[in-house]
Amino acid sequence: MRLTGTDIFIKGLKNEGVDVIFGYPGGGVLPIYDGLYASDIRHILVRHEQGAAHAADAYARVTGKVGVCLATSGPGATNLVTGIANAYMDSIPMVAFTGQVTIPLIGRDAFQEADITGITLPITKHNYLVKNIRDLPRIIKEAFFIARTNRPGPVVVDLPKDVMAQEIDFLDDEIEMSLRGYRILKSANTGQVLAAAKAIDEAARPLIYAGGGVISSEASSELTELAGKMQIPVVTTLMGLGCFPGTNPLFLGMLGMHGTGAANYAVSECDLLIAIGVRFDDRVTGNLNTFAPHARVIHIDIDAAEIGKNVGPHIPIVGDVKQVLSEVIPRLKERGGQTSWHEQLRSWKENYPLGYESREDCLMPQFVIEKIYEITEGKAIITTEVGQHQMWTAQYYKFDKPRTFVTSGGLGTMGFGLPAAVGAQVACPEATVIDIAGDGSIQMNIQEMCTAVEQKLPIIICIMNNRYLGMVRQWQELFYDRRYSFVDIEHQPDFVKLAEAYGAVGMRVAKPSEVEPALRKAMEIKDRPTMIDFRVEREANVYPMVPPGGSLNAMLGEGM
Amino acid sequence: MKHTLSVTVDNHPGVLTRVATLFRRRGYNIDSLTVGRTEDPAISRMTIVVDGDESILEQVTKQLHKLIEVYKILDITSEPSVDRELALFKVKSDPQVRGEIMQIVDIFRAHIVDIGRKSLVIEVTGDESKISALEDSLRAFGIIEMVRTGKVAMIRGYKG
Ligand SMILES: Cc1cc2nc3c(=O)[nH]c(=O)nc-3n(C[C@H](O)[C@H](O)[C@H](O)COP(=O)(O)OP(=O)(O)OC[C@H]3O[C@@H](n4cnc5c(N)ncnc54)[C@H](O)[C@@H]3O)c2cc1C
Ligand SMILES: Cc1ncc(C[n+]2csc(CCOP(=O)(O)OP(=O)(O)O)c2C)c(N)n1
Ligand SMILES: [Mg+2]
Repeated sequence: MRLTGTDIFIKGLKNEGVDVIFGYPGGGVLPIYDGLYASDIRHILVRHEQGAAHAADAYARVTGKVGVCLATSGPGATNLVTGIANAYMDSIPMVAFTGQVTIPLIGRDAFQEADITGITLPITKHNYLVKNIRDLPRIIKEAFFIARTNRPGPVVVDLPKDVMAQEIDFLDDEIEMSLRGYRILKSANTGQVLAAAKAIDEAARPLIYAGGGVISSEASSELTELAGKMQIPVVTTLMGLGCFPGTNPLFLGMLGMHGTGAANYAVSECDLLIAIGVRFDDRVTGNLNTFAPHARVIHIDIDAAEIGKNVGPHIPIVGDVKQVLSEVIPRLKERGGQTSWHEQLRSWKENYPLGYESREDCLMPQFVIEKIYEITEGKAIITTEVGQHQMWTAQYYKFDKPRTFVTSGGLGTMGFGLPAAVGAQVACPEATVIDIAGDGSIQMNIQEMCTAVEQKLPIIICIMNNRYLGMVRQWQELFYDRRYSFVDIEHQPDFVKLAEAYGAVGMRVAKPSEVEPALRKAMEIKDRPTMIDFRVEREANVYPMVPPGGSLNAMLGEGM
Repeated sequence: MKHTLSVTVDNHPGVLTRVATLFRRRGYNIDSLTVGRTEDPAISRMTIVVDGDESILEQVTKQLHKLIEVYKILDITSEPSVDRELALFKVKSDPQVRGEIMQIVDIFRAHIVDIGRKSLVIEVTGDESKISALEDSLRAFGIIEMVRTGKVAMIRGYKG
């Protein structure tokens, strides 16, 4: 059979089960787009390549499949860079295809040539420049395999234009991967599993610290079983929200910089910290010397390089969370009763609840988020931008299921939430998808409104409009003597008119009593996006807060 | 402390960049790095000398392992192994000191590979300390130029 590079590309995507890609065309990918014209792979035309990367990333987060995006050479490829870095920091499986100038032109500063494999070297799990069409089938297969296995991550495949246009005789036999240096990690060291089981059995004040790895391992039910069987309380990272039911009485909330009082005190007092699929990020640990000072630490992670990177565990276990937990659980002696540890946790929960000053005359952002939780019955897929509104979402929306909270944790990318909502809604057409946004962040990828309207996606964008780059303002208030340097963004578009200009529905809410009706109305609209401009209190702060580098048990505004 | 890592990698273009980028990005210091083909044309061998304590070495090793094209890393610092480096020295040599230099060259079992009117080029192979010792001995005459290849190493014996 005679096949072009493009034919092989499309065949490769189908072999990998890809049904949708997010992309933007250009000269460098003309042959590929010619192939897509006649193909049944769904292509979502974004309005900026960064949007394509974030949408593909979110598609992966909500489905667990590999997200795919496509951009042209040069500026198309460089526009993907933030999105690739974002997926890398949060360990999300994604394959980004980029066009490249023809092979004879590579290295000659040709029109729209960018060394995208060079540029993305430190922000990809692996990347490829396809120099020979014969390597193409293998490279596509390897790219998807690498992206989704072990610790997931983004892979870039750079496709020179002439390779895609070239024709070869293609024999449709088994495509062999050639990955000598890449081994799939499965079962863990049995000795370590036994040691972990023993430590859990013996602990008086155990605590589970769970994160994004539980979600990528699809191990929520094992985690819930472990916690329930042994009555171990659970805290999660921002990335772990939803991996353990937010409404389960054993759940103490998020830990870390903006974690709950109960979660952070529990870390400080526990005698055994069971760290599962987490990477001891500095937003979580604060000062490493005072982090979990009384605890022995078990660390389960599939990436050996994470173990001991920030905190040296007493019992390191390299392996897949699901596999490891299913080996540990049967070895544990069931423990039912309530101990003084549970008593202590209950009193922390009671004495240090999350809270904010609720006022009749103004709209509090936390109140809006509580309402969103109530009205969606906790069943929506929530995406966020980055800032205060993101932290309030983490605190006030109780996520019961994995893959329902889509947020940029590691890179903290403003502008992530809207294209992420596009990706999530494309993946889950029946779900209620809400982007809880900031007025600053939403302007960073606002053009994706157009994509959402074109695709008739009923996403709801809830802007917590404080007319500030609020998170930065909060730091300036607390640590820079209230010197508000370039954080006032009073100057902004009329978001209602803007929504309407795009062909979406726009609403404005300024009073607490208007919140519920607006949300209910938005949820009834099924054929286009809705943007709600919530005029919230300008100087509300996110509390509790552990100052950067501080100890988890020294929180500001704790119990407010 | 210095550690010598023997790293087996795919013989692909770009592997060296990946390794070098990893060291730069994570802030590890490379003391020397050599790379060359092996008995298997699909495989290259890198010998990397890194400076750092145990925890840095552990991170370097684990991070290197994550590179898809790296498949074996041996820390051969304390293994019985042979290691060699080659160096070239260009030394000032007026006729009156030439004899003295030649004696030194003999002692170190080095070779003179080029003679100019006012200079000599000396080639030497050996372990790091031998080359450093020769460098010290030649310094008095005036070293015009020196170049060292960096270390290559191999474990002794055969574990079939
Ligand atoms: C403004 C802002 C404020 C923030 N404040 C906080 C905060 O207060 N608290 C907080 O928690 N975070 C906070 N974050 C997020 C923080 O920056 C990190 O992104 C987050 O803490 C990392 O989560 P994680 O440890 O679960 O790791 P992830 O980044 O989710 O990494 C997953 C880990 O699991 C491992 N893994 C993956 N798959 C598997 C598998 N199958 N089996 C085993 N292991 C696996 C990976 O190797 C990795 O180590 C904040 C972010 C922003 C932008
Ligand atoms: C692309 C990008 N630029 C800058 C920042 C730094 N930053 C973090 S939060 C923030 C303010 C966000 O403002 P807004 O979206 O209005 O959210 P708020 O904090 O007010 O809820 C800024 C500027 C960032 N995270 N990402
Ligand atoms: Mg704001």
